[in-house]
Amino acid sequence: MPDLSVNFAGIQSPNPFWLASAPPTNSGYQVMKAFDAGWGGAVWKTMGIPIVNVSSRYGGVNYKDKRLVGLNNIELITDRPLKDNLRDIEEVKKYFPNHPVIASLMVDSRDEWQQIIKDVENAGSDGLELNFGCPHGMCERGMGSAVGQEPKILERITAWVKEVATTPVIVKLTPNITDIREPARAARAGGSDAISLINTIQSLVGVDIDNFVPYPVVDGLSTNGGYCGPAIKPIALNMVKECAMDPGVGIPISGIGGIENWRDVVEYLLLGSTTIQVCTAVMHYGFGIVRELTAGLEQYMLDKGFNSVDQMIGKALPNVKPWEHLNLEYQVKAQIEDELCIGCQLCYIACEDGAHQAIRLNENNELRIPSIIEENCVGCNLCSLVCPVDNCISMVRTDSGKKIETWHQRTEKGSIPTTWNDKRAGGVGHWIPEPKDALKQDKKEL
Amino acid sequence: MPEFRRPKSEADFHKNFEQIKPLMSKTEANQESGRCLFCYDAPCVKACPTSIDIPLFIRQINNGNLSGSAKTIYAANYFGRICGNVCPTEVLCEGACVFEKQNIRPIDIGRLQTYATYNSIRNNKKHFELAADNGKKVAIIGAGPAGISCACELRKLGFTVDIFEAKSQPSGLTIYGVAPYKITNEDVLEEVAYLQEQFQFKIHYNSAIQSKKDLARLDSEYDAIFLGIGLGSTSGIGIKGENLDNCIGAVEFIENMKMEKHDTKIGKNVIVLGGGNTAMDAASEAARLGAETVMLCYRRSKIEMRAYWFEYDLAKSVGTRGVFNAAPLEIIGTSHVEGVKFAQTEIIDGKVKILPGSEFIKPCDMVIKATGQETQVNLLNQIDKIKLDKNGCISINLETGQTTNPKYFAGGDAINGGKEVVNAAADGKKAATGINQFLQ
Repeated sequence: MPDLSVNFAGIQSPNPFWLASAPPTNSGYQVMKAFDAGWGGAVWKTMGIPIVNVSSRYGGVNYKDKRLVGLNNIELITDRPLKDNLRDIEEVKKYFPNHPVIASLMVDSRDEWQQIIKDVENAGSDGLELNFGCPHGMCERGMGSAVGQEPKILERITAWVKEVATTPVIVKLTPNITDIREPARAARAGGSDAISLINTIQSLVGVDIDNFVPYPVVDGLSTNGGYCGPAIKPIALNMVKECAMDPGVGIPISGIGGIENWRDVVEYLLLGSTTIQVCTAVMHYGFGIVRELTAGLEQYMLDKGFNSVDQMIGKALPNVKPWEHLNLEYQVKAQIEDELCIGCQLCYIACEDGAHQAIRLNENNELRIPSIIEENCVGCNLCSLVCPVDNCISMVRTDSGKKIETWHQRTEKGSIPTTWNDKRAGGVGHWIPEPKDALKQDKKEL
Repeated sequence: MPEFRRPKSEADFHKNFEQIKPLMSKTEANQESGRCLFCYDAPCVKACPTSIDIPLFIRQINNGNLSGSAKTIYAANYFGRICGNVCPTEVLCEGACVFEKQNIRPIDIGRLQTYATYNSIRNNKKHFELAADNGKKVAIIGAGPAGISCACELRKLGFTVDIFEAKSQPSGLTIYGVAPYKITNEDVLEEVAYLQEQFQFKIHYNSAIQSKKDLARLDSEYDAIFLGIGLGSTSGIGIKGENLDNCIGAVEFIENMKMEKHDTKIGKNVIVLGGGNTAMDAASEAARLGAETVMLCYRRSKIEMRAYWFEYDLAKSVGTRGVFNAAPLEIIGTSHVEGVKFAQTEIIDGKVKILPGSEFIKPCDMVIKATGQETQVNLLNQIDKIKLDKNGCISINLETGQTTNPKYFAGGDAINGGKEVVNAAADGKKAATGINQFLQ
């Protein structure tokens, strides 16, 4: 069996699966249950001066028959007294000495930071996560994302923490910022040992259109919250990649955002995460999902010949380049597998109305199998993405494969479009129907 | 003991005739509607005789616009709720669902349709504005699906409409003929009442139009007349013993059962003659009424049955036994049915050939003849200039529903010899458009 254990900035963990700082890590009871189920580590529900929460707290985004593709919350940090949390941490560490417990922290002044660090380290925590990400409630009080959005303040607080910390420090970043690399670099500059990202995305999850109040409703009113769940994964993956590729960051990453299955885990690892953190999927399905994460990651590693998680980390990064370095000569075209086609014609209408009019219906074809108009197909993938049948539409390479020319190279050669009506424009020579061809015959006449 | 005990109460009856398409819950409707692909130029729409915009109404359900969904359905088919339950969706919309091509269960379109329309019926949600009175009057003969659909559409266009119905209740075979496990009479009447309240047409019950005098009166009082007269009684087979007690036509048997419910008389050992959908219904119903054995006997082979495969499956599922290539020669008995004498057959060049010396007798105490219905020739012969086709069905212009007598329009079983409720609903609506054009 491949070795799933990881060393994250000096923190040893039996596997890369951590619970994110959130409701599932609110108590020792939950964390013990999670470790027993197979989770490697847990980042405790953020501790600080205890708060008071509202009811209700969550809003969901459903897609057709699927629940919670996105979740929004307006819950704050822990509402439990610090001594209760410390007692729980101690208890957990007695039963699970090899499972890292990371204390997530959010306080205000330097004294508070330095005091709480001593307390949680005394209780046995294996690392500290500084919550500079929470985008609701706490930020109004000058904490959470209010810090994460100000790299200089972030750096200063990190430095305060490092003055006293004896365990590794992780700075948790907010995505509610233009360039994620700036706070990441500030974390490094402040001496942080690692970063974790992303925290939730500032959001308004929907509106009760009968009563004119956004969700979640608190006595007829609402407020913005933090968005998480499968829908945010692409945003988080990009930010993880940005940090992983930035030489100014250069510290280990714990990836967070929409992770629900082993495939998500692998993607995060390949883009530079050493551990991953999960919250929403556990809130939806419980701790048991770790069985699928473990089995899936192990099987993937076996299939790919990876002996340790280390060998996978960042493996996809060399293949991420700025757009200008992509090969303009590479050409794929859609190909429909007639045998598999069910005749829904979604590829046709998607291409017809939403892309390049490169799919034709065959009037006399009883099976309703459309065909690709090769000369119009730009190889955009859209038809293959809307097709409901696996492997029915594939994108097949049609160029020789021998020539590589990028926008960067063309720029250097001076062969890019530079005037409004340039002959070198990509669309030159590409067939597009006349505007009035859109109308039925009887509407065409003016 | 047979699966079904003879029902002793109305509750027993409903239990034996449990709905095969029960009403969906909100959760089920959301799940199911979420599966629809929203196909372009969807095959389900093409397969629907009333061309309901199915992907649209399903998407409306999924997006929480239940009223809009019902309006989409009713804009195409006034019998939306009834058709959701009674349509042979397996060979229409659902049979055309593209999922079938990947062996994925098709979308449960019929039940989604019922779900959406039921909501409007229960909340008495009116979807259509009636045009101002145009001063023209149309008489409709027959308050079946064709007649009522025609009435709704005409009312929407501003006509005054009177429906003349021979029986005491509306909706024709939907109430007198459709198998009780497809829809209850209460549900049928609820939709008709909903339509009547919305469209304000009059139905004159127990008002059969039979004589030349009746017709003359309509002719003088109305600008156009729509014939939604359906078919008549069961045709005879022309064999000995058909008039014995307990030998009954399927249409008559079913109508009696629909009205009498648990009080319906049923034999212990029943033979049903025929291979169409009515035969399948009668066999299923006999079994559910508590008959100990039900034998479905058809002159031709199994694959030649006109019944839909799923109707045969349904009949078999309640214990009916199919006997094929068996032509009835005589119904045996002194005063009561005691059995049926059959001969084996062979089909040569599409014709039934009796095999000499192959006679055999199947004992039974009830025979149900599902051997087709007669057309309403008596009435039709009294209308001037109306042409009938070789099957006795009214010839019409397929675009307008107009008969060869320009003042008369027709639709439903009277023009097609016996099809589905949905065909009648489509015909009635189309004829209303034809009448509107004719009276411009």
